Amino acid sequence: MLGYIIKRLSLAVLIIVFAITLLFVMIHSIPGDPVSTMLGPRATPELKASLEERMGLNEPLPVQIAYFFTNAITGNLGTDVFTNRPVTSIIGEQLSYTLMLIFASISWSALLGIFLGCYSAIKRNTISDKILAVLSVSFIATPSFVVSLYSLLFFSVYLGWLPAIGAGDSDDLWDQLIHLVLPAFSIGLSWVGYIARLVRASMLEIMSENHIRTARAFGLPRRWVIYRYALRLAILPTITVIGVGMGFLLSAAVFAEIVFSRPGLGKLVIDSITTRNYPVVMGSVLLSTIIFVVSTTLSDIINAMLDPRIGRQL
Amino acid sequence: MTILDVRNLSVDYETEQGTLRALRDVSFTIEDNKIVGVVGESGCGKSTLISSIINLLANNAVLSSGEIIFQGKDIVRLSEDEMRDILGVGVSIIFQDPMQTHNPVLTVGRQMMDIQYRDKTSKEKKKEAAIDMLRVVGIPDPESRLSQYPHEFSGGMRQRIAIAMALMVKPSLLIADEPTTALDATLEVQIIEKLRELQGKINCSILFISHHLGVIAELCDEVIVMYAGEIVEHGDVRDVFHNARHPYTQALFACDPGRIKEKSKNLPTIKGSIPNLIDLPSGCIFKHRCTQRISVCDTSPAMHRVSEKQQAKCHLLTQGKN
Repeated sequence: MLGYIIKRLSLAVLIIVFAITLLFVMIHSIPGDPVSTMLGPRATPELKASLEERMGLNEPLPVQIAYFFTNAITGNLGTDVFTNRPVTSIIGEQLSYTLMLIFASISWSALLGIFLGCYSAIKRNTISDKILAVLSVSFIATPSFVVSLYSLLFFSVYLGWLPAIGAGDSDDLWDQLIHLVLPAFSIGLSWVGYIARLVRASMLEIMSENHIRTARAFGLPRRWVIYRYALRLAILPTITVIGVGMGFLLSAAVFAEIVFSRPGLGKLVIDSITTRNYPVVMGSVLLSTIIFVVSTTLSDIINAMLDPRIGRQL
Repeated sequence: MTILDVRNLSVDYETEQGTLRALRDVSFTIEDNKIVGVVGESGCGKSTLISSIINLLANNAVLSSGEIIFQGKDIVRLSEDEMRDILGVGVSIIFQDPMQTHNPVLTVGRQMMDIQYRDKTSKEKKKEAAIDMLRVVGIPDPESRLSQYPHEFSGGMRQRIAIAMALMVKPSLLIADEPTTALDATLEVQIIEKLRELQGKINCSILFISHHLGVIAELCDEVIVMYAGEIVEHGDVRDVFHNARHPYTQALFACDPGRIKEKSKNLPTIKGSIPNLIDLPSGCIFKHRCTQRISVCDTSPAMHRVSEKQQAKCHLLTQGKN
């Protein structure tokens, strides 16, 4: 088990390094000279050269990448070109909002999705199973920005129950939670449908396996058979999907952050790309990559803990 | 005393092609402390019979008629909750495939302790019971192996664990569904010997399903021969094996590699195949493959008692020619 975790973690580091190198190259091949964009058309060549030097853009690309990594390890992601503030603290401010949002979204959708999936599997081919199937597919098919806009219109503007914009008072936890409801609802809704379908399918598969017949043949209580004997296995693919889903939620969060005017990583990246604010872009991208890799690695490790056969395969 | 009394049991499967009549008018009893073997080709209804007895038939199966009386209760009429008072208490079962019979993500100890959930004893007592049982079936070092998962055991070990679990609940009736089919010949002998030894200790009856005639002859007191969903012959093992009365039983024995004495290039077979159970032919179910067919075979034969301990379903017996 420990060996498996070490292998998974080293693989994770490797993925991060590879992804960042790739992104570095990609960002630098976007057309448009960042220095001209920032300084405007009337900048003198001397001014451009000095800014280039400050940003390290006069160095060859491999050297820039190497600098980036050595600094990143010590927690230094450079400084914002415009405000001169350290990128680490800019991102740090935004990160908690985004993490809170994706964590809230995936939590409620996973809990509800798993429950509905089990329910459908147990009530297979009944009316309630069929209704849930239609609902799930509709949830999956509805884009999150549509849900965002309509839930905003209905719950905030029409009913006035929930706040429309912002992330709430940073000192007031309750206020923050209230502000989290609509965005988390909007981007989590399609995941409810997705996870419910997935859990239903794997539950049905597991319930037809021989070991479940054994458990039932020993007269084990129904609840044990479903939750201890079947769900524990049926949940494995769902955990993998949730791990990958955290990454997709990062991009879904961009919509929600724009529609609900929430601060967050997604909004920061978009703003920084339009202004060619390279250090901030790179810092945010590095962080998104880390979140993605950490969540997939974590889901793999959880799977290995739940299924003793996985840890032995690698 | 009669432990299990199956009366006129018929089970159908609803399929897309039509109603498949998997079991038709099956009746037999199992007495106290007896080992009854069921033998027959694949598709003869052995598995459906077991599923009916433990009331875990597939969703598309319909128990169209009959009663299954276990210790005075008709299993057919019991609800899922009432059935739970029988399964794992009075009846337990060893399934065919040891590689898939245990839950892969729970330790063997956990699964062995879970099936004792009805006992009000302490966790330690249950653990001890599990260890004792593993020792009885010959698993070395049972204390430490209790915390291992099924995939860490070999096939033979897993089948022993399955036997340990089935016997741990001290059932009155143990159902063994081809428990040795997935194992090699050496293990088969060991498992059979273990089963007989433990049956003597626990004093239970066994319904033993197999298509291995040698094992049936070795282990069982009585044998039931099934063909295409019907019982064609039933009797004392010695009587049936030495003096088979039904042409199918005779053909089956003729094909048993263990009984063939002369060397030949081709192994004997029964010509033809099992009839389509969706569109049943009229008359005797075996007539298309029977070498002793006579004109009356187009009507259904009744079970005929040839001796106190043997009965068979064939017209030849009443015609006095066999």
